[in-house]
Amino acid sequence: MKEEIIIAGFGGQGVLSMGKILAYSAIMQDMEVTWMPSYGPEMRGGTANVCVIISDKKIGSPIVTKYDTAIVLNQQSLDKFENAVKPGGLLIYDPSGITREPVRKDIRICRIDAITYAAELGNAKVYNMVVLGAFLKIHPIVKSGNVKKGLEKSIPARYGNLIELNSSAILKGMENVETVNEI
Amino acid sequence: MAEKVLMKGNEAIAISAIRNGVDGYFGYPITPQSEVMETLMKEKPWETTGMVVLQAESEVSSINMVYGGASCGKKVMTSSSSPGVSLMCEGISYMAGAELPCVIVDVMRGGPGLGTIQPSQGDYNQIVKGGGHGDDHNIVIAPASAQDMYDFVDWGFELAFKYRNPVVILADGVIGQMMEKVEMHPMKPRMTDEEIREKAPWATTGKPSWRNYNIITSLSLDSDIQEEFNRKLHAKYALIEENEVKYSEYMTEDAEYLFTAFGCSSRICEAAVDILRSEGIRAGLLRPITLFPFPHKEIKRLAARMKSMMSIELNFGQMAEDVRLAVEGQCPVGFYGRQGGNIFTPEEVVAEFKKFNNIQ
Repeated sequence: MKEEIIIAGFGGQGVLSMGKILAYSAIMQDMEVTWMPSYGPEMRGGTANVCVIISDKKIGSPIVTKYDTAIVLNQQSLDKFENAVKPGGLLIYDPSGITREPVRKDIRICRIDAITYAAELGNAKVYNMVVLGAFLKIHPIVKSGNVKKGLEKSIPARYGNLIELNSSAILKGMENVETVNEI
Repeated sequence: MAEKVLMKGNEAIAISAIRNGVDGYFGYPITPQSEVMETLMKEKPWETTGMVVLQAESEVSSINMVYGGASCGKKVMTSSSSPGVSLMCEGISYMAGAELPCVIVDVMRGGPGLGTIQPSQGDYNQIVKGGGHGDDHNIVIAPASAQDMYDFVDWGFELAFKYRNPVVILADGVIGQMMEKVEMHPMKPRMTDEEIREKAPWATTGKPSWRNYNIITSLSLDSDIQEEFNRKLHAKYALIEENEVKYSEYMTEDAEYLFTAFGCSSRICEAAVDILRSEGIRAGLLRPITLFPFPHKEIKRLAARMKSMMSIELNFGQMAEDVRLAVEGQCPVGFYGRQGGNIFTPEEVVAEFKKFNNIQ
């Protein structure tokens, strides 16, 4: 089993930490991971993306051009990565981040209105966890118990009270993800 | 069981330094390796192991602080990226001349000059062929994962003290910035004063009555003495070449074509080998783990049964020259590289491989 995921959006949306929590959750069930961010001046207020690879075998190249899953949170990222999803793969997007709907017919496409659900939880910062929940509902590659452990490892102890909030955000995403294109 | 943690290669360097009893880190921030000092400052090892962490005013100061610490037999290190390491080269040469052990981490970025902040392997010649002026050699080890970054700190100090020589961990922006699973081994305490006197009897630890004073210097104004010393240095390098070569092979048992690549490029080549194998093409990979000493013999041995070889690097073919020297004309040696901070993909390497070998 090997899953190559690109998560892309604006700097500040929590793209990198979403990838980190996903990667940590996979380590908790003893899988191999790589987490490779784009880094550079373009990250300041601009686009940020991270490629996370999860595998049950040792991972060779951390750099790939085609992805099993693309999670895109703004228009630039949709434009950049829609065509990079492998046929039969998965695209998840946030409808409030885009102006043009995805058009591929050969991949599964799902949407999650994460801003609305994060607002319902009373903390816009858990936006990324709502998105993560949406992804894990469609592709449960890590068990929810391990996601909790991943959260515990990723969130500094002094913010331990936020683990519950993040967990409910993940749940919210799981409950509300909609499929807009089945293959 | 060893604790498994998700961390960046840069963070692994810092955590490993603390956990392996390093006495001091002196550095100056530069992308893409700033997390090394950031992590050390966050971990505050001076409160636990007593390790000193200091941000110097420049890379020149950092390397000279390393010189000072190493003179006292302490396990001291620094880290930087390409332009910063250029500034350190004078100090590195002085340390080679004074036979001082230390670990220097170079997380390479695109050059020349200030260049870009993206990954590169453009400093192979600079670091592997010397590091400073004066016919010296660094021991150069090239990590390809966050786990390597963690493990090579301890290995680096082991080599540095064994041979009284600077060791460079030659990494790149990918290995520094990428997060992976790292297994942490039990902590090693820092060396006691007694252990330092035993392990580094040459160090300036205070003159006891029963021996003459120790002198740490790279200055010698007598040509005969200097020549004699250089011969001694090169005998040491020969010993290192004899004993310390390390490399790894991937799918070479029945290979007809061989890639050579180090650091992050070796990871990408592994994936390229997998693609070629799935098409029935018997490709393999040799990854030099030590760049000095370079695995000349092993490459020569493998070249004898290859149809061709190809060196894949994030530069314009610096290691390829060493590969060609090792191959001794036994088979054609090609090269493919990207520069300036751009990285090739496995598919790109496969396409270039096919072009070079006229395979459709």
